[in-house]
Amino acid sequence: MKIAVCIKQVPTREWQPRLNDDKTWIREQDVSYEMNEPDAYALEEALRLREKHGGEVVVCSAGPARVQQVIREALARGADRALHVDDNALGSADAFVTAAALAAAMGDERFDLVLTGLQSDDQGHAQMGVILAEQLGVPHSTIIMEIQVVDAAIRVKRELEGGWFQWIAMPLPALLTIQSGINQLRYATLKGIMAAKKKEIRKIPLPGSLQPAQQIVALSMPTRSKQTQMIAGSPAEAARELVRRLREEARVL
Amino acid sequence: MILVVAEQREGRLNRATWEAIAAAQALSAEGVPVQVVVLGGTVATTAQEIAAAGVGDVIAVEHVSLATYTPDAFTTAMRQVVDKIAPTFVLLPHTYQTRDFAPMLAARMRKSLVTDVTGINGNGAAATFIRPMFQGKLAAEVRPQGEPPFLVSVQIGAYRADAVRKGNAAAVTSMSVVIDASAIRQQPDAPFQEARQAVDLSQADRIVSVGRGIKSQDNIAIAKNLATAMGAEIAASRPICDNGWLPMERQIGSSGQTVAPKLYVALGISGAIQHLVGMKGSRTIVAINKDADAPIFEVADYGIVGDLFEVVPAIVNELEKG
Repeated sequence: MKIAVCIKQVPTREWQPRLNDDKTWIREQDVSYEMNEPDAYALEEALRLREKHGGEVVVCSAGPARVQQVIREALARGADRALHVDDNALGSADAFVTAAALAAAMGDERFDLVLTGLQSDDQGHAQMGVILAEQLGVPHSTIIMEIQVVDAAIRVKRELEGGWFQWIAMPLPALLTIQSGINQLRYATLKGIMAAKKKEIRKIPLPGSLQPAQQIVALSMPTRSKQTQMIAGSPAEAARELVRRLREEARVL
Repeated sequence: MILVVAEQREGRLNRATWEAIAAAQALSAEGVPVQVVVLGGTVATTAQEIAAAGVGDVIAVEHVSLATYTPDAFTTAMRQVVDKIAPTFVLLPHTYQTRDFAPMLAARMRKSLVTDVTGINGNGAAATFIRPMFQGKLAAEVRPQGEPPFLVSVQIGAYRADAVRKGNAAAVTSMSVVIDASAIRQQPDAPFQEARQAVDLSQADRIVSVGRGIKSQDNIAIAKNLATAMGAEIAASRPICDNGWLPMERQIGSSGQTVAPKLYVALGISGAIQHLVGMKGSRTIVAINKDADAPIFEVADYGIVGDLFEVVPAIVNELEKG
């Protein structure tokens, strides 16, 4: 089974945002990066499928030279090789541009299965995987919590809202977006890190004339929307006052 | 014209549909009509329910291949609807179902899709949209590119269902679509719940939610007492569910459910953004926390700085007085 895993490099969770001068993007020189968490689960799932069914796992990433950090990390965890669509313009690209860049790089590989995280922790469009499926001409399903391979097809467990799930069957090739928590992540071993240095990372130029689907007019800190009424007093007094206000002011009890 | 895509399952309208309608009314310039399309196997009841509210004409799209949701069938149907209606905007609630098919529809039509929208600047074709980026650390104002129609999905709780302006009952018209059943690649089984007591928290009127401040599994009972006294569902932030103190389907936040109840009571929840994005649309938020600087107080309407182990039983006591 030939599996692609699309991985994005995103700012770390601890990163405190700072904006560039025209306030349309972040100050990238301040940022430390890591692998997008849902993509890490997609990679782990791909490695487990390879262990069970054989084949290879190919990491695919679209971004500036800096994304080699997460590509190397994925190779160190066990991926076999990588495709890197390398262009500075991809650092702030929207889901359409990223999907088109990846589709162009992946088209000739004829992957059986393409996995990626359900959304990115940076722009968070939750679109790229589904658009990529459409551009590759393969069926998809999203927010997946389990994958079973049955002959040339798959059965996947899709998360619905409110604690509901659903099994869906579809033929291969296919694309799935993976939910965090689908598995337990492994970390790179020293041996893996050494082996990764010899693995192939094929660089692919960004196809010309990709039109963005949206433009960021401005970025800002979110505004504080509410004025909190603090209720003081002993626990009994505060409780009495809170219940009174919830009944009489807010009218929610 | 603005087209809202209603979401229903087995005749039950997802109330996030009303929020998308409220957003459509905010986006609609003077005199620009809103229409609502509802898709399914049989949608007469849902279509009538929407039409009765008088928010605009309702288009009922019924097809045997739409009885069970698949992205292939919904995309095929929606493409025909959008081509026929030619709206400027297509608004959808940002549900899991929308996330599953809207990007496919946008890609197939080569149109812009702006997701998870929390605010709208201006109206008509020049409007821009506010959406979170970087896990809510930043708000982005974005402008769709290319030609209309533009697709927009509206974050759950960002617009109020009860803010919908209603009018005289509207007409329901049906529209037929052509779907080749053999071209649908996904074969779904019936939805199921992992745990028998699982609830759809997004439909709850009141929620009592616990965070790390609850300290131990035994103390969950304290929060459950409050939930019972308030007629509320119990919920939690991620760490509580990761510990197995409450089941995963009761998790609120970016990796769990997004809710917008009338009342949300946060007990011992610090208010990490991953949690806030799941509940900040609640109408009234109460925060009880030891730490006066906890970010949860930034979104709370009422705050009590104190020991929840003392305050919560006192509230239960007060409620039981009647």
